[in-house]
Amino acid sequence: MEHKEINLNLRIWRQKNAQDKGQFENYKAENISTEMSFLEMFDVLNERLINEGKDPIAFDHDCREGICGMCSMHINGRAHGPWDGTTTCQLHMRAFKDGETVTVEPWRAKAFPVLKDLTVDRSALDRIQQAGGYVSVNTGNAVDGNSLPIDKTKADASFDAAMCIGCGACVAACKNSSAMLFTSAKVSQYALLPQGQPERNTRVMNMVAQMDKEGFGACTNTGACEAECPKEISISNIARLNREYLSAQFSL
Amino acid sequence: MSVTGIFLILFLIVHATVNGMIFFNDNGEMFNFYAHFLSHNWLLRIIEVGLFAGLILHIIQGLMLTGQNNQKRPVKYSVNPGNATSKWYSRSMGILGSLLLIFLVIHLSHFWLETKESLYVTHKEDSLFEEMKEVFSQLWVVIVYVCGVIALCWHLIHGFQSAFQTLGINSPKYNPLIKTIGIAYSLIICFAFSMMPIAIYLGWIQ
Ligand code: SF4
Ligand code: FES
Repeated sequence: MEHKEINLNLRIWRQKNAQDKGQFENYKAENISTEMSFLEMFDVLNERLINEGKDPIAFDHDCREGICGMCSMHINGRAHGPWDGTTTCQLHMRAFKDGETVTVEPWRAKAFPVLKDLTVDRSALDRIQQAGGYVSVNTGNAVDGNSLPIDKTKADASFDAAMCIGCGACVAACKNSSAMLFTSAKVSQYALLPQGQPERNTRVMNMVAQMDKEGFGACTNTGACEAECPKEISISNIARLNREYLSAQFSL
Repeated sequence: MSVTGIFLILFLIVHATVNGMIFFNDNGEMFNFYAHFLSHNWLLRIIEVGLFAGLILHIIQGLMLTGQNNQKRPVKYSVNPGNATSKWYSRSMGILGSLLLIFLVIHLSHFWLETKESLYVTHKEDSLFEEMKEVFSQLWVVIVYVCGVIALCWHLIHGFQSAFQTLGINSPKYNPLIKTIGIAYSLIICFAFSMMPIAIYLGWIQ
């Protein structure tokens, strides 16, 4: 890959705290290597702001390798920027052209209040997970793995669902701010495995109830979540969630 | 939404089939025969009540769903992805539905109201076919109907697949089938409906 340096005009959302109204501010990012990640570009910019005695731009990040789901940013109208199946930390600056104007906004959803600048509170997703996204295990010896036969296709589908990193891009991308893709991934990963069976019905009922309580919107099947999910979780999981929910509701 | 939607999808098949009788071009004999049968059979009267219940329920559900979902993002994005992540018609079901509602009011006042009036108030036997010819002799009516049907077409293309997804039917085995039938259904139904006013206006049907 050819190495280049580019200059960008950044339009970044600044908001002091949750109560502040917030507004866009313009920044120039100069001599940005195309091999940097988007977050490294922010590091360079923040370094400069700190040296100038200004408040650096607050943004969430942790692993910087696409597995923690922290780096929530809406870049030029796209959750995690223009690349498919990529988190912001894995987005490289070669995705942008020299002189381009880049607008960066926080996730926008009633259930994700902005804390500061680009940082939002995504704990609503944690509470959905806590409402049923687990398997209760009584302590004792670990059973032999081979004592539980699992269909390979189901194991694979469960693993695909378990890829969800709780980043919230599905909510950010959805016109209804719906958390159905996230919740469906978490429900599916257990519904497909024998270990998930005992709590199958209560799990889906409780998680959906929590999801509604958190103020997420309802799914209208536009498919924007699937298009923006960095882990490419399929909306077939949402159909599975709907199935699980229906059968749990009709179970005696 | 999905259950009432599928119910209305099924109704449209009956509606298009019966109205399609005009294409026999037999001076509306076949069509009038079925229209008469449909409006005088007591069992169908009951089904008609069910149809209106389903329709009203679908409208109320749609309005509530759209209204509630619109409140879930108090601060909007300044840049939107446009069609990069979803189809425009899948995002516009509320608007398409509202257009259909306006169209429906016009449509029902043209035909349903008239038929009921002659059936229960004036008690005269009128020919629905003659009425159709009269209504579709006005150009603006034809244009409104064709626009209504185009809105219906987009509404159905998303609605058909969406209903299955909501009911949990999404599997690699059946997805291509659902998709193909959904699009074919929407196109055929809407082509048939739009040809009715056009054909009558142009005098292809006598
Ligand atoms: S489903 Fe995808 S987009 Fe949604 S939280 Fe999980 S990883 Fe992120
Ligand atoms: S910082 Fe962990 S996924 Fe981006």
